[in-house]
Amino acid sequence: MSIPPGEGVVWLGSPPFPQAARQALGNSQLRANLRQATATIRDKRLRVTAELSDWEELRTAAAAIKDQAAAHLDRYLVQLEESVTRAGGVVHWARDASEANAIIGDLVEAAGVREVVKVKSMVTQEIGLNAALAARGIDAVETDLAELIVQLGDDRPSHILVPAIHRNRDEIRDLFAAKMSLHGRPAPAGLSSDPAALAEAARLHLRDKFLTAGVAVSGANFAIADTGTVVVVESEGNGRMCITLPPTLITIMGIEKVLPSFADLEVFLQLLPRSSTGERMNPYTSMWTGVTPGDGPQDFHLVLLDNGRTATLADPVGRQALACIRCSACLNVCPVYERAGGHAYGSVYPGPIGAVLTPQLIGVEHAATLPFASTLCGACYDACPVKINIPEVLTHLRARVVERERRAIPGPEAQVMAAAAMVFSSARLLRAVQWLAGRGGRLLARRGVIRRLPLAGRGWTGGRDLPVPPSRTFRAWWRRYGQREGGQ
Amino acid sequence: MTARAEILRRVRAAVGDERAAEAALAPADGAATRAYLRSHADAEVTELFAERVADYRAVVSRVAAAEVPAAIAAAAAALGLAVVVVAPGFPPAWLPGSGGVTWRADDPPLSVEDLDRCDAALTTAALGIAVTGTIVLDASAGQGRRALTLVPDAHLCVVRADQIEPDVPDALGRLDPSRPLTFISGPSATSDIELERVEGVHGPRTLHVIIAEGAAG
Repeated sequence: MSIPPGEGVVWLGSPPFPQAARQALGNSQLRANLRQATATIRDKRLRVTAELSDWEELRTAAAAIKDQAAAHLDRYLVQLEESVTRAGGVVHWARDASEANAIIGDLVEAAGVREVVKVKSMVTQEIGLNAALAARGIDAVETDLAELIVQLGDDRPSHILVPAIHRNRDEIRDLFAAKMSLHGRPAPAGLSSDPAALAEAARLHLRDKFLTAGVAVSGANFAIADTGTVVVVESEGNGRMCITLPPTLITIMGIEKVLPSFADLEVFLQLLPRSSTGERMNPYTSMWTGVTPGDGPQDFHLVLLDNGRTATLADPVGRQALACIRCSACLNVCPVYERAGGHAYGSVYPGPIGAVLTPQLIGVEHAATLPFASTLCGACYDACPVKINIPEVLTHLRARVVERERRAIPGPEAQVMAAAAMVFSSARLLRAVQWLAGRGGRLLARRGVIRRLPLAGRGWTGGRDLPVPPSRTFRAWWRRYGQREGGQ
Repeated sequence: MTARAEILRRVRAAVGDERAAEAALAPADGAATRAYLRSHADAEVTELFAERVADYRAVVSRVAAAEVPAAIAAAAAALGLAVVVVAPGFPPAWLPGSGGVTWRADDPPLSVEDLDRCDAALTTAALGIAVTGTIVLDASAGQGRRALTLVPDAHLCVVRADQIEPDVPDALGRLDPSRPLTFISGPSATSDIELERVEGVHGPRTLHVIIAEGAAG
């Protein structure tokens, strides 16, 4: 039985990773911004994770809980629905992005408002909620500082935790000064590029919207099956504003966010803030269960989204990517991400986790270059708080890509592999090729390396240098000396 | 087929075969998977709590229970507060005399606009967590509804020393998930610009935690 993939995860029209990365590498400002930001967060994370002597045991526990949740996902989802309904909430199910957008759009219209405030949420990015609401004449206002920067700049997020990581303070100042007035309260006159001043400008810009909004839309970090409790982890207080003040709250979550029991949070609330922002605890964590009379929204909706998650669950190796708690530690330690930046991945989910999640959510044939966007160094696996073996999933997905291509017209890589198989199966052929390579190599080499191969080989040297083949092969050396010494 | 039925069918199709092969469920709470510590507190918990709250650039005072009103009055004076909303059920014995401050009751509940005109909120807490420097509110007596500690720009919170739990696991064990819970670790903050931490965005920009020692639970 085939399970349909997700929609919306990738940005349509994005070039494949190698091409996008080459463009990004030419942007020295972007690389400087990323280098500075990822180095800062890496140090912080190491400092606070080192404080916990049982960090490995916590990771193991987290992986086991997520495993358990995935293996019995149907049971936990039904239990979550019962718990939320019992507590006064309404649960909706959405097979894909269009269905989720339609549900949310209908709920907003039923509430009779034209503007909603939003808590930062990866899943609403994934389904393209803002554009879908705009098509119905509803404005969605991003209230997380980085999301606001992305929205005002008509830009795309480039990091899971800090979507505007590719922008520096001066760029943000210019953006606020130019664009805030188009959407509400303008930036204060003479705004400086001091981060504190920029945060203050965002506070003033959004304040009235929080106090008067009729509907808020949020994602969820966790949802607890046995109690129906929904958890949002944040820093700025925009999340608290959104989930507390408007009379209607709509929360959308991927079905993989469910945890079996409330006690499981004791593991994740230790792992997530330390892995994500490098703090012992993030400033604000809100938990609510259905509706509380006299406190917060009296109308609460929870939308459970599939959009390719069940397709991912069907792959026993690949499904571990569903355990991701969106901390972004893997992005911050990745040498490829640090240099190429988030946009090059062409997906809402960038970096190492994006390279394994995106192809699975939408089908490997639609993101065939992403599993190759890695050196397989394994830093992401070490950093992952839920122990997702990202290199393992990457190689697994590479195999799936190759498997697909084998059925089509063989590409240059497949042709080279076929030629290599032939050469290696014949001693005579190998000797001839090695002789040629030795002669040819010396012709092409400059100071010990070959920077550019001719003809079809150019693709290979486009991104790397090649050592010069030795003038004498091991086999030639062995014929002359090895046999003689071996014979004595 | 409804979306609900369809999604559940897809889940069962994805994991069903392996599950059938499993003789019994491996419980996730087996000893091997829960080998982590219950607490990382390596010092006296009140001391550790005070130190860790202060790490977030919140203000911390440690006083004897009888000195709580004086500590509140001093905090209000230091911050120049004129109007402070007091959570319903806040212990009357802890409330200082007026001293130039208007103490407003949230009864009947103030409108959001009225809350926005208050300089601060005064509450107790459900508990504190020493290792992470966190206070947790559960909206019961003395803590107010969630908007109360969100809209005003400062939050004064009194925590009894005997309410401080060493670490996250014990704290969660004492909380009631059916209540709205807010975990607060320092003032609101952001690291969204070049990952440089800035205190004070949408939530209260000032957090003052008063630890009452020797108070009867």
